[in-house]
Order: sequence, then structure tokens, then C-alpha cells
Amino acid sequence: MSETLQTKVLTANFDTPDLHKIDVYEEQGGYRSARKVALEMSQDEVLETLESSGLRGRGGAGFSMGKKASFIPKGTMDKFLCCNADESEPGTYKDRLLMQKNPHLLVEGCIIGAIAAGANRAFIFIRGEYSTQADILDAAVDEAYAKGYLGEGVFGSDVQVDLVVHRGEGAYICGEESALLDALEGKRGNPRLKPPFPANQGLYQGPTLINNVETLCNTPIIIEKGAEWYRQFGVGNSTGTKMVSVSGNVQRPGNYEIELGISAREIVYGLAGGPLPGREIKCWFPGGSSAPVLEPADLDRPYTFESMAEAGSMLGSGAIIVVDDSVPIVGVALRLAEFYRHESCGKCVPCREGTNWTVKMLERLDQGMATPMDLDIVASVQENIIGNCLCVLGDSMAMPIGSMIRKFRPEFEAHIEAARAAADEAAAVGEFSAVDLAQSPVAGPGVG
Amino acid sequence: MSANGGQLPARKGPIGWDRAADLDKAPATIPEPSETDVPAELRERIEMLMKRYPDRRSAALPALDAAQRVHGWCSPEAISQVASVMRVTPAYLASVATFYDMLKTEPLGRRYVYVCTSVACHLRNAKAVYDAIDAEASAQGLEDVDIREFECLGACDMAPMASVDGRYVGPLDPSDAAELVGQLKDGREAMPGRGLTDSSFKLPWDERGAEPPASPGPDAPPTPPDPSPA
Repeated sequence: MSETLQTKVLTANFDTPDLHKIDVYEEQGGYRSARKVALEMSQDEVLETLESSGLRGRGGAGFSMGKKASFIPKGTMDKFLCCNADESEPGTYKDRLLMQKNPHLLVEGCIIGAIAAGANRAFIFIRGEYSTQADILDAAVDEAYAKGYLGEGVFGSDVQVDLVVHRGEGAYICGEESALLDALEGKRGNPRLKPPFPANQGLYQGPTLINNVETLCNTPIIIEKGAEWYRQFGVGNSTGTKMVSVSGNVQRPGNYEIELGISAREIVYGLAGGPLPGREIKCWFPGGSSAPVLEPADLDRPYTFESMAEAGSMLGSGAIIVVDDSVPIVGVALRLAEFYRHESCGKCVPCREGTNWTVKMLERLDQGMATPMDLDIVASVQENIIGNCLCVLGDSMAMPIGSMIRKFRPEFEAHIEAARAAADEAAAVGEFSAVDLAQSPVAGPGVG
Repeated sequence: MSANGGQLPARKGPIGWDRAADLDKAPATIPEPSETDVPAELRERIEMLMKRYPDRRSAALPALDAAQRVHGWCSPEAISQVASVMRVTPAYLASVATFYDMLKTEPLGRRYVYVCTSVACHLRNAKAVYDAIDAEASAQGLEDVDIREFECLGACDMAPMASVDGRYVGPLDPSDAAELVGQLKDGREAMPGRGLTDSSFKLPWDERGAEPPASPGPDAPPTPPDPSPA
């Protein structure tokens, strides 16, 4: 059953043994598209093909890839392509699979992306935790250089494309495109003020195209089979297939490639097996932990960029995290807030302070030191983060936490009452003295 | 490390350079190459890294990583060696090293075990796995290994999981802790056959094999998958 619900375009030949080797990849038709782009197609033709395919960015924002590449100014200045492989969004692990199984598809995608943008240097910024995948990519890049597919005069043309695999050192914020550029320049990964946008002034102040791994992996297929062929997959403005990472309380978590437009229920129940026996879905994140949570009824919506936005959430990176009824929502909210507190770079005050205060307030709520009124304060902190920072890291906490409080307010209130009752009981039997309270990191002096 | 400050584990003593600055001292300048002893291999590696980029400072992250492999952490000595080769100030490199989670500004251990306890793993009981590994490490007296909770490692399909020096292993159960810590202590490969890139690696619920799908949770009995009720 799970085979019929999947539409394998990117993952079609993933079962081929040794696919990570260049000879095997070429036997499967690999590097034909990059060769065609380098030798037979003009830059405008490449851009035109990518744009008319309707391919949208697969990293989270969902912006048209061809349009983004066409924003890169023409001219003889140094231009750059950066592949964003800093996949750190909780719940997302599609790029890991793509790079691990088929590294040459990404290398070929980088060549095509670089030629489309007129860039002569390309970088793959991969998160440091993916050291195995970075080693695999390094080997693939070496093989491509040895064959003359990278470097000066790729495929015997007069185009130069150099490709470097750059490893991060563990910071979620480096997945934000301008922070990625700072990290690549050897600095702390702080997001930049925009404008200027990276298309005009990016890496080393040069025009820079930044694309996600999955986006670039789609380009060789689009060039080979044509925009028309690619557009047959998907619905409306959500064309093509999508890698979906399903995680959390389901029977078969894993990566599945689906055609955009099948219902979320088919993904969660049909492919991932649904919740464990006797459990029910409480809520689900449709696009990574930054996406506002949706209710079980929303599972019948088609899984597309538009439909998820209509439901008040987003398709994001395509990571579905399922939460079942055995998990208290307060714990999920707290864990989520702790993640964003840890990963906030600290540059903008609303995010740095807002994430910290959200964690503290949720901890108090969990320890019986809050009243339902505190929920309004938590919610108002979220509202004051959204739209007030250089990047969307703060918003990425504020949106899901805000949605949880809106949709699960009765559960939050019940949790507060139960926690207060438990704390009162503990205090009554003397387990919890006033001295403990004063020394508690969350309730101590100077807090609240 | 966290940019918020105050999140670091309690210090055991005056270790590391991450302390208040001595204001009586002049600020550190770029170390003189003639006065700085850099291991030849490390120097070569950093020079190679600098050549890969149009701007040599782009090599800061990989260079610090290389120095960390030699010294075990980004010690003041490691920082000054990198600074001397890269011709940047130690303060610049310190600003970089304190930002990133994988660059250690304290000698926490040459090897590492990062146990993912982020949202997707949290839903599958990851905290219990971390607690078990941490308790077992104390019980067995494991040394020179940095064991910590880590944010999403990008392997939620094998949740709960851990990264042992970059080797992803999972799905883990608290009962695996003793075996894992024992292997670390003896310097053996962690959880053979259960690493993501092992040839025999297979998720318990993967249908491609002959085995029937097993239950991912410790409490749930194995049952056939539930077809879409829509």
C-alpha cells in the first residue's frame, strides 16, 4: 500500500546499490542534464525551464526557484551559489537521506543552479552533525572534479564551477539564509538586515543564489524530462513531488516521497501507519516545528503549500510531526520553546528575551506556580515577537506556541490547576518549604 | 553554547578561558608565528582550508574544528595556534568558538555522545534514554566523553537516537544504555548493526524485509498498520 501512495521521482533509483559512486550514477543517466545545460542551453533557456516547471523552494519559504535565480544580476562580477544543507528544523531529515543516498544528484543540481545564476563558485553548507553525509559529499565532489565535471571548463565548455563542501559547527540559525552567509564567511551566524537581499549582496558582498538541497536535486530531473513533464505532478501552484519526513507518535516514521496534493491523512495513516493502537492524534505540525499546529480534522486537506496556508499553518520543510493523546501539550510547548531559546542567536531583543521568558513562564505553569491569567501573558509575548526581528527564528517559536494556546486552552488551564493542586499538596506535607520556593530558579526573587 | 548566557553547566573549577577578562593585561594581538608552536599537520591543514575560499577567514570554522581534534577542545593554546596561522586575533576566533554548539570552550571530553531530545524524539521518550546513558556513564566511571542532550539531529525516523562521534545510532531504549556506555569505555564501535549507515541497518517497522512491522514504542503490542479511515 505504501508503495502506491508514494510517487518516486527523486527517490526513483534509491535502491540501486552503490548509487553514491559516479559510475553507477552515470549508468542511471546521471550528469546528462548538467552536460546539456553546460553545452547546449543558454542561461535564459535554463531559467525559463526552471521557472515554467513551477518548482518552489523546498526549504521552507516555498518561493519559485526559477524566479529566485532570475533575480541574480547579470554582469562579470563574482557570483555565488550556496546550497543550504543545514537541515536543523526539528522533524526534518529529508536532505540527509538525499545526500546520503544520491550525493551526485545534488552535485549535478549545484552545477545546474550555478549555471542558471551565472555563478562560478558554489558551496554546500552542511550542518556539522551530518559528518557522515559530508564525507559522502566530499567523495562525490572529488569524483566529479576528477572527471572534469567541476572546475574550469565543466564538460569541456568555457564555464567554470568550483564546488566546496563547507561544514557548519552546530547552530540552527545557520539555516537562515543570511546567517548561513555569515557562517560561511567565518563569522558568528547572525542574520543580516535585509535589504540588501542576498541576490544583490550576499556572500562576500557578491550576488548569491541560495537554495535548499531538495530544490537543487529536482533541477536535473526537470532539465532532463522538461518543465511540462514536471508540471503534471501536483496541483495548482504546488507542482512536483515532495519529500515528507513523518515523525513523532506514528507507527512508521520515515521519509516518503509524495505527489503534492494528496491528503495529509493519506500520508499520516496510509504511509506512516497512523498513531499507535489505542491512541488518537491530538495535533500535528504540517511543516516542521515552526509551523502552527493543526487539528486532526485538518488531515483531510490536500497537502499543498496553498492548503496548509489556508488552514493557518504552512507546508514549510515538509516535516510532519504527529502528537498523540498520551502526550501533555504543555510538555511539547515547553520542549519547543527550549529549542528556540537555545538556538536564538541573541541579536534581536524580542527573540532573545521572548524565547527565554516563554520557557520560564511555561516552566512555572508546569510547576504549579501560574494562574490561567499567565496564559494571556504567554500569548501576548508571542504576539510581540512576530514580525519584530531580523529573521523569523522568534516567529518560528511564537507561531506554534501561540497556536497551541489558542487551540488547547482548556488543556493548558486544566494543567495549571492540576499542577497547583499537586504543589499545594506537596507543601502541605512539608516536602516543599518556602525556602525551597525562594531558591527555585523559576520562582526565586527577581523573577516575575 | 547558548547565546543567552547562563545556560552553561555548572563549572567544577577555574578551567577554560571562558572567564572574565583580566583588564590589567593588554588585549591579545595576532600571535607571532615565530613565537607560536603549531603542529606541522595542523598548520598544513589550516593552510589548505584557507586556500579553498576567496577570503581566508571563511576557514575559521573548519580550522577551529581541526584544532579541536588535536587539542580535544578549543583551548587558549588551540585558539592561539589557529590565530597565528590564519593571521586573525584570538578574540575573533573566540567569538566564533563560543557561538557554535560543536566547538567546545571547555575540556568536556575528546569523544562525544549527543542524545537528541528535541521535539520529535521527546515524543518517543528520549529524555529517559538520555537519563539512562548519563546515569550509566557515572556508574561505569566513563571518562573523556562529552555526554549531552542535543537539539534535533535530523534522524527522527530512528527516534530516539544519539550521535556517537558522528555515528548515528537508534532507535534506542533506556535498556541500551549499559551496552552503549560499555562499548564507549572499551573504545569499541557503538551499537554495531544499529548505526544509520551500517549495511544491515533497518528500522524495526521497515516492511521491505521479511520481518513483520514491530512496535516502535516499548508499551505498544505489534499490530498491522491501520488503513486510512477516510
